[in-house]
Amino acid sequence: MKTILYIIQKEFKQIFRNKGMLPIIFIMPLLQLIVLSNAATFEIKNINFGYVDFDHTSTSRALIEKFNASAYFNVLTDFQSEAVASSTMLKGEVDVVLEIPQYFERDLQKEKYNSLGVTINAIDGAAAGVENVYITEIIQGFNQHLKVDLLLASDNQVQPLNIETIPLFWYNETLNYKTFMVPGILVLLVTMITLFLSGMNIVREKEIGTLEQINVTPIKKSQFIIGKLFPFWVLGMVLLTVGLILAELIFNVPMLGSLALMYLYTSIYILVILGIGLFISNYTDTQQQAMFIAWFFVVIFILMSGLFTPIESMPKWAQMITEFNPIKYFVEVMRMVMLKGSGFIDILPQLSKTLLYAFIMNGLAVWSYKKTT
Amino acid sequence: MKRFIGFIKKEFYHIFRDRRSLFILFGMPIAQILLFGFAITNEINNVDIAILDHSKDATTEEIINKISASKYFTIKQMVTRETEIASVFQKGQVKAVLNFEKDFSKNLIKEHKATVQIITDATDPNTANTISNYVNAILKQYQKQLNKDINILYQIIPETRMVYNPELKGVYMFVPGVMTIILMLVSAMMTSISITREKELGTMEILLVSPLKPFQVIIGKVFPYIFLSIINAVIIVLLSIFIFNMPVQGSLLLLGLESVLFIISSLALGILISTISASQQTAMMISLMGLMLPVILLSGFIFPISSMPYLLQVISNIIPAKWFIIILKGIMLKGVGLQFIWKETLILLGMTVFFIALSVKKYKIRLE
Repeated sequence: MKTILYIIQKEFKQIFRNKGMLPIIFIMPLLQLIVLSNAATFEIKNINFGYVDFDHTSTSRALIEKFNASAYFNVLTDFQSEAVASSTMLKGEVDVVLEIPQYFERDLQKEKYNSLGVTINAIDGAAAGVENVYITEIIQGFNQHLKVDLLLASDNQVQPLNIETIPLFWYNETLNYKTFMVPGILVLLVTMITLFLSGMNIVREKEIGTLEQINVTPIKKSQFIIGKLFPFWVLGMVLLTVGLILAELIFNVPMLGSLALMYLYTSIYILVILGIGLFISNYTDTQQQAMFIAWFFVVIFILMSGLFTPIESMPKWAQMITEFNPIKYFVEVMRMVMLKGSGFIDILPQLSKTLLYAFIMNGLAVWSYKKTT
Repeated sequence: MKRFIGFIKKEFYHIFRDRRSLFILFGMPIAQILLFGFAITNEINNVDIAILDHSKDATTEEIINKISASKYFTIKQMVTRETEIASVFQKGQVKAVLNFEKDFSKNLIKEHKATVQIITDATDPNTANTISNYVNAILKQYQKQLNKDINILYQIIPETRMVYNPELKGVYMFVPGVMTIILMLVSAMMTSISITREKELGTMEILLVSPLKPFQVIIGKVFPYIFLSIINAVIIVLLSIFIFNMPVQGSLLLLGLESVLFIISSLALGILISTISASQQTAMMISLMGLMLPVILLSGFIFPISSMPYLLQVISNIIPAKWFIIILKGIMLKGVGLQFIWKETLILLGMTVFFIALSVKKYKIRLE
């Protein structure tokens, strides 16, 4: 026990002695949490909108006015010709172009039916889909308005059947992205810090040559690993605590579930990450190799965690891979407990998988650490 | 000059000697682009939903059939009471519950109006909103079908044309982003390590007493990595063309030149990081912790920049990746030439010059 305490003491001293690292460990993640949480929104607004009006009548102007009034569209300019419009779109300065044909008003009055050209920059397919919904809504609203204007003239209108839909957004009525993103980004930051630091740890001693000195001491393998793990475990918990406080103070992220449950899960989760880090550290010769491997896994863990893009949309085989992604479970648990108030029973599947994962990774880390070279 | 060539040779030896790093260097980007190209998409497919049907009549049955027939939704279960909804959401089994009111058919025929609630688990606001929109669209479609005999006066129908990506493929959006992130992080990480490593191992002293000038040392360091990164870029472009069917509408030569420019700017950023950090550990933490999330989030790779708060839109301008993604999409998908992307190119060029100048200035020729 005493041996472990000494190793822990040594590790803490090494962490706090490195003045260049302290701001990277403590300030950079929190700064990123505060700044970047604002960036992660799929909400589509400020759509740059342009139009070509060949009609120049009160109807065409009224339609454009509808777009002007909408909060989603940022009506830029009217283009003189289609050529100008398409070259502006190539430059990326406009994303939606509406084209109103000549005799638009006249034909509409005559035929009671007319079409409009809408061109959408669809490189971001999901955004294009949403933009299309907005445009259709505005035009349908405009149709309604035309209908009402005319209803006085035409009598005996048959009332259409109407299915009314009431969207209800539970747990987040205002569709506030921050309550969704802040816990997720916090998870990423805690994971990155603990994984990178633990991944570099043993291999650094190897590279500098101090590992040999430890190997000749009577310290047992498990003592050594525990001594190495504990300081980073504390670090992860501290970061999470500060992050949660910031989430509450700055972003008003709700905490519906039990805080104790959150900490229970986190304490196990960090063990998984540290196990992975130490395992990488044992299997590499230089810090460079260790970091490349850690980086590889972190990028996969982040992009396949379900935080930025939904897991259900992935192909089946990719969904199977996400089963091995610890960040996925952490993101799920954090959201369930914090935003939905899920209890112990609800998160039991995630909790038990994480616990199993922790046992396996740390077992491997102890097993793969060889005292002889 | 001969000395300089000797120095470059030494760098190449260093790189080729470390087989494991070399394997990681080429293997990982390939694995990542394959994985992400297939797996990352923000399209919504096969979302699990539940139904709470209070009327159980012909109309609701028809609507439920329509919904389960769509590729967006899978009906996972039926719930019988409102109180069950909360527990279903808390277990995370479904993302949405459709709640049909009592006497749905009757109301529809008698009052010309029937109501259905679309209850979504909005802890993920994006998915919730999309689900809500899709269900709404299916219902509106059905409503139109019910009303087809009624002549609706005055209709303007938008004819929508989706340009540059008519099939709305997620791949077109994500492959340029993944390519940018991989090139940037690999390049910045490699160079930032290479200089600090010499510092940490003590061999920097030898370089300092050699007659090589600071800029020669820096260029000599960067040169082999330019070579390696270009190979990486070529592999990634080939994969995106042949595996993901990404088109290259514009000039392949221009694409190549722009990629080289971006690689050099990322390498220069790596050099800059290494001149300000004392140990490999610090250099790596800055290039990984400092770059990873900002690059993923602020480059327009996943999240549209135009929707961000104004301050973040301003900050995003200093991320080189943002400009490269615009260039990539321009050349590959829109098929534009230099006259449309000269501004972005100039910005990248300016950043590169700035990084290099600053590194040469910061490069200390004395030991501390």
